[in-house]
Amino acid sequence: MIAIVDYGVGNLFSLASSLKFLGNESKIVSDEAALKKSGKIILPGVGAFGDAMDKLEKSGLSSALVREAEKGKPVLGICLGMQLLFERSFEYGEKRGLGLLKGEVRPLGEIAPALKIPHMGWNSLRFTKKDELFKYNREGDYVYFVHSYYAAGCEDSLVAYAEYGGKVTAAVRRANVFGTQFHPEKSGAAGLKILKAFSEVK
Amino acid sequence: MKDGRVVKGTNFRGLKDVNDPVSLARFYNESGADELVFYDITASAEGRKLFTDVLRRVAECVFIPLTVGGGIGSLEDFDTVLKCGADKVSVNSGAIANPALIEAAAKRYGDQCVVLSMDVKRSGGKFEVYAKGGRVPTGMDAVKWARFGAEHGAGELVVNSIDTDGMKKGFDLEMLRAVLAAVRIPVIASGGAGKISDFTELFQKTDADAGLGASVFHFGEIDIKTLKKELDKNKIGVRIC
Repeated sequence: MIAIVDYGVGNLFSLASSLKFLGNESKIVSDEAALKKSGKIILPGVGAFGDAMDKLEKSGLSSALVREAEKGKPVLGICLGMQLLFERSFEYGEKRGLGLLKGEVRPLGEIAPALKIPHMGWNSLRFTKKDELFKYNREGDYVYFVHSYYAAGCEDSLVAYAEYGGKVTAAVRRANVFGTQFHPEKSGAAGLKILKAFSEVK
Repeated sequence: MKDGRVVKGTNFRGLKDVNDPVSLARFYNESGADELVFYDITASAEGRKLFTDVLRRVAECVFIPLTVGGGIGSLEDFDTVLKCGADKVSVNSGAIANPALIEAAAKRYGDQCVVLSMDVKRSGGKFEVYAKGGRVPTGMDAVKWARFGAEHGAGELVVNSIDTDGMKKGFDLEMLRAVLAAVRIPVIASGGAGKISDFTELFQKTDADAGLGASVFHFGEIDIKTLKKELDKNKIGVRIC
């Protein structure tokens, strides 16, 4: 069973619908006990980093997430959920993240000053290394982005980037911890392939 | 959408029944469309609430971005459609009646969630905003309204030309250029697409970020994959899938 973490932000409906479409059992969970019972965890999220971290901490889910990840359970962070996996963010002041991945979250305007922010729309994936999360995808597959901040200093976990002013972190992976800046549940067939691959991660 | 069916009109009147929205949504999901915009076009005129059960069924089988609009007049309306699976919410008459709604929604849900949709018609050498599904002139200047929206948190504009809607003679390039010059947020052009070259022309002659088509796609007059191949051939960046 894949646990979709509900901490009061984000469109969980689409994510649950795409997992259902793929034939995966998923459950929207908001407490540690349910998180423990799951086989895999997806951390979604839209909105501001600080708000999201506050909500995760207040509900005790942040420490539970870190514990589950450290046990080796596959975790996939999506969009803001990916950003939360890093050490810190500079969205509205410096905020601490979950620290499961090395790196920090910075304003996208720093690398794309002349472009429209948020980076909203379809963009193509460029892989920096092979990863099982993209075993069904091809170089250049289009996926759907909506974000104003990006992950920096994460070269060790970088798996894919997209060109938007510069190289924008699109996907990361370190051991059992995965993250996508884009929304696989909104990326048509290419996105469904990624969710399918995640559901097959051992 | 009207009474649970997908309808399409010409110049916003004389609506024709097209199909069941769920099967249409499923069709678009597989057709290569980049986004689905789902309007309850009679909601504001008739004060009818969105059919959330239909929306839910649509959202369940759509894995591309889904924008929902029609009769959105409050934060509660935003909340309702977002919970039914919408990614973005489009406001039109509701924002004309209460312009503060744009900023309030952007603060709560983020700019990326707020789409300002406007119906525009020429009058006296100006572009005027119409409310209530294109029925009621407001006296508001479309360019100023677009700028106001962008400055108050709209993340995207959908600009429908009443003059070219349903005519299938091409997008309203003149009006679109005027709006595009005033804002830096993405602008989706709507109204007038009849053939593939109308889309090519739109992207070659304006900076529009996207083109919206309804009847040409609903009735299969333009195949989306063929359209995208043609755009790609003309060096216009599109998602090929």
